[in-house]
Amino acid sequence: MRRQLPLTITFVTAFTLAVQYFIPHRTFEILYEVSQVWLQIVGAFAMVLGIVSLWQLHWNKARGRKPGWGYSVVTLVCLTAMIVFGFTGPTKLGEVKAGGWIGPFNWSYDNVLNPLSATMFALLAYFIASAAYRAFRARTAIATILLLSAVIVMLGRVPLGDVISFGLFSKIANWLLYVPNVAAKRAIVIGVGLGVAAMSLKVMLGIERSYMGGE
Amino acid sequence: MKKFFDRLILIDRRVIFLLISLSVIVPLLVKIELPLEVTPEVRRVFELVESLPDGSRILIPCEYAPDVMAEMEPMLYAILRQCYRKNLKVIVTALYPTGVNLIEKELRYMADQTGRKYGEDYTYLGYRPYPAAVILSMGQDFRQSFAVDFYGTPLDSLPMMKGVKNYKDVGLVLTVNATGGTEYWIIYGRERYNFPLAIGVTAVMGADYYNYLKTGQIVGIIPGLKGAAEYEKLIDHPEDAIRGMNIQSIVHLLIVVFVLIGNVGFFLSGQYRRKK
Repeated sequence: MRRQLPLTITFVTAFTLAVQYFIPHRTFEILYEVSQVWLQIVGAFAMVLGIVSLWQLHWNKARGRKPGWGYSVVTLVCLTAMIVFGFTGPTKLGEVKAGGWIGPFNWSYDNVLNPLSATMFALLAYFIASAAYRAFRARTAIATILLLSAVIVMLGRVPLGDVISFGLFSKIANWLLYVPNVAAKRAIVIGVGLGVAAMSLKVMLGIERSYMGGE
Repeated sequence: MKKFFDRLILIDRRVIFLLISLSVIVPLLVKIELPLEVTPEVRRVFELVESLPDGSRILIPCEYAPDVMAEMEPMLYAILRQCYRKNLKVIVTALYPTGVNLIEKELRYMADQTGRKYGEDYTYLGYRPYPAAVILSMGQDFRQSFAVDFYGTPLDSLPMMKGVKNYKDVGLVLTVNATGGTEYWIIYGRERYNFPLAIGVTAVMGADYYNYLKTGQIVGIIPGLKGAAEYEKLIDHPEDAIRGMNIQSIVHLLIVVFVLIGNVGFFLSGQYRRKK
């Protein structure tokens, strides 16, 4: 029963939702609407599950003084603080009166998360420049093609590239984006699509059961 | 001479960092005007927004966080300027949790700049978890996921939301998106409900979506800061994106120069033969 029940639920749900796509009847529309509400409720529970799992992972790491445990403490403190802040003050900036206290949640967002994220991303420019200089070598024919494409696209996508190449780089860059890039991407997308369809069928028919705890 | 070539592959990273800093700071101080060509994919988005009748609704799902603000904010501002100029009614969602407050601030800023009123000219629906499910349910009725707006106001009490049920009531969906959620809008939104969809994405994401452009699943792309700069040019309101493109031009050129120096050094210093 422990195995048959989840398999049955999975099959019935997956089959019904797949079939309803092709049947434009009101009954199936209602069924579909209800399933969307259910999906969001289940999604909300997944968030709770994620928080609990994150807490357990870092709590165990901090308690056991495992390598990097200090970061786990920071994670736990920040997680708790933001949850508490979320309950104690205005969380929506638009509700704050002009000149009024924006509350700890908004303050943390504006003064901690916002600058930290922006700084982390901005630092990438330095690392990309340094890494490109050290690692981007025309060692083989394939690497040379990649290198040339990258250089042309980098210059072809900025106004200065057009100035120094009289518009040639942007034309080649656009061709690279519209022809080889699209061909490769389309092949990947179709491959992934077929893979997803095959995997979904396997899950629906109970062939793939690892979601039940690994078999 | 060999020593010189050896040095070419051993430039200290601090020198690189310093030059990158200078190439960002100098164009900020010195006014540079570089020609900017508008690409067809950006022009198509602009023209589609222009073609919407005055007073019609446009849905702008914004999904990004502060880390990509430099690219996405000018894009959103340029789009909003055009919409408000055209007197379009803007509905905004934010299906990425860390961007919710940022987008709210940006909407209020642009409303202040252009003298637009909340509930009459724009509505902010905010965040709901599980983007794919939200996109699907909005196809039935926006109220299924957003019974109330971001501030807790029931949608029907907002003048511009009266009679707006689902995607059929908006002229265009234009997502300003720096997340994998872009694909959700294509797969679960556009494919299921068949509405016109355009996307504004970060530059690194841009290349991933040209195949959808060719198949007609999206009507246009605004890729990264360059796309935003082109959009600013189209609405004839040069701002941060055009200024940013000048900086990006210099930095890109500098990186290319470093790559070339590295390769010249690699081949002429004998490292290539040794590695072989």
